[in-house]
Amino acid sequence: MRRRAALSLLAPLAAALLVAACELRDAQDQGGGSPAGAGQAQQGGVGRPADVDPPTELPRSFAGIGRVARTEEVRAWDIDVNPAGVGLPPGRGTHAQGARVYAQHCAVCHGAAGEGVAPNPPLVGAGSGDFAFANDPKLTKTLGNYWPYATTLYDYVNRAMPFVAPGSLTAAEVYAVVAYLLAENGVIGKETVLDARSLAAVRMPARGRFVHDDRAGGAVFR
Amino acid sequence: MKKNELLSRRAMIAGAAAAAGGALLKQVVSAEAQESPGAGDPSRAPGTGTTAVGARSAFENPARSPTGVLSGSSLTPLQSLTGTITPGDLVFERHHSGIPAIDPSRYKLVIHGMAARAMTFTLDDLRRLPSVSRVHFLECSGNGRAAYRAPAPGMTPQNVDGLTSNGEWTGVPLSVLLREVDARSTARWVLAEGGDSNKLSRSIPLEKAMDDAMIAYAFNGEPLRPANGYPARLFLPGYEGNTCVKWLRRLELVDQPNMSKDETSKYTDPLPNGTARQFSFLMDAKSIITSPAAIARVERGWMEISGIAWSGRGRIARVDVSTDGGRRWTMARLQEPVLSRAHTRFRHAWEWNGRATTIMSRAVDETGAIQPTRAAFRATRGPGTDYHFNFIRVWKIASDGAVTFEGDA
Repeated sequence: MRRRAALSLLAPLAAALLVAACELRDAQDQGGGSPAGAGQAQQGGVGRPADVDPPTELPRSFAGIGRVARTEEVRAWDIDVNPAGVGLPPGRGTHAQGARVYAQHCAVCHGAAGEGVAPNPPLVGAGSGDFAFANDPKLTKTLGNYWPYATTLYDYVNRAMPFVAPGSLTAAEVYAVVAYLLAENGVIGKETVLDARSLAAVRMPARGRFVHDDRAGGAVFR
Repeated sequence: MKKNELLSRRAMIAGAAAAAGGALLKQVVSAEAQESPGAGDPSRAPGTGTTAVGARSAFENPARSPTGVLSGSSLTPLQSLTGTITPGDLVFERHHSGIPAIDPSRYKLVIHGMAARAMTFTLDDLRRLPSVSRVHFLECSGNGRAAYRAPAPGMTPQNVDGLTSNGEWTGVPLSVLLREVDARSTARWVLAEGGDSNKLSRSIPLEKAMDDAMIAYAFNGEPLRPANGYPARLFLPGYEGNTCVKWLRRLELVDQPNMSKDETSKYTDPLPNGTARQFSFLMDAKSIITSPAAIARVERGWMEISGIAWSGRGRIARVDVSTDGGRRWTMARLQEPVLSRAHTRFRHAWEWNGRATTIMSRAVDETGAIQPTRAAFRATRGPGTDYHFNFIRVWKIASDGAVTFEGDA
């Protein structure tokens, strides 16, 4: 009998400890991603008086904060090109035209023949067709042996190159220098005319090499 | 003033001058010339007045390691830090086209694509929306590459792992913004793009964007520093640093990854089987002893072995320390609170007997992932793998107490 009484006295204490433990865990989880959750973590074990409401629910929309984007401001910044070719502009270019663009804008950093000038990477070189990069750190990754999508080349040159004046090349110049680099890497012929359609159709040698992340935590190291 | 006192004071002045450079030297020397009554004994004369912005002690000189290259990095001096929080001015840098100067009054973030409406938010808009503050690490996934490919005895914790920093990020949950634009159910990815001249772009799974992604505008209680994305950046807890796009100016809801330069030709992991792992966002469980470490010299007797451990998958569950080359391990004490996807300080009291040995730490995270040895890492990922170098870091202690980085273990 006495033993049972002692247990019943301890029960509220145990419950309080359990609550405290849960709240600590919640605090350690940093309140999750929601601001409402962060507010709840601050209440501690004090409890809520009758004249204090719980934290407000977030509204479905914070109408009035932010505005509808203007079509032209979206267009000005929407510069990306995806693997299907969405985002590629009108225009066309060839290896011969690209050779001139390359010599004028690119060779100073990447070398006369795309061989790279440290620390700037080489752009040309189709070695290591067997994709042995993990086994040999000396192998050089290039457009020809590592880049899985040709559209990426247009996207990157257009957004970030030339390094000192990105965005200064016309669409035709970008198509041309992409044609030059792909041909120098043996991916396309020197006669190929690159435009939105033909560029999206280019299949890069390394295309099938990429796999999604299969690491999953746990004891097995992948 | 006795001769010994004068000597030690001169040594102190020389030390301070070496640490702080010429401007300070001038001040200190002129202070000495005055020979005020309490000179050399701070308890015998008033000190200096209050200041608008605090400076470090002239005797402390923690520094990053800038290279001067616009597309390069500058590493956090891990050996100079205690606890878990990285001061804002020592957070590592990694830029791809230098640091842009962005006027906060002209800043805007455009969100568009597969959504009911395209919207533009100013910095004031972002600050008006509900915010969260969370302590997390930010780590470049190339961290540890030099220690893997070209280890050298003189490498310090900064040289080995200085591309990680940890602190309190404050910003708007991205889920709040995506609700404002009313993302369509067909959207699967979010393309994030910076406003620097590289316009760095990465594709983020929508699931992550809706989970715990934030548009961060502050770090450790103050606005982001320019080198770390001022005025606003994407922050993705546990993800490789490159995805946490700085100077964020555009988010596009899309149904497939963009296959941008930094998610194809870079930030992918060639494997020995002739494939390359892509979208390997999460940082693996990892740790490093930051003291003692190269290029310190230790003395026989008791010392504290201390370091940091972290995992992109959650909390650190355990850190083991070995002081005998990895034969026996002892559980280190973890500094509470142990936060998810944050640097966790571990400590281990050790009495060194003066014999040459190696010391190392091994992190275990809450998923059970164990930091692998260098040999196991090499066997699984290959000598030429490019990112996510989470192998065990080993320090060698010579019989004279000299500590060096051990790259062969």
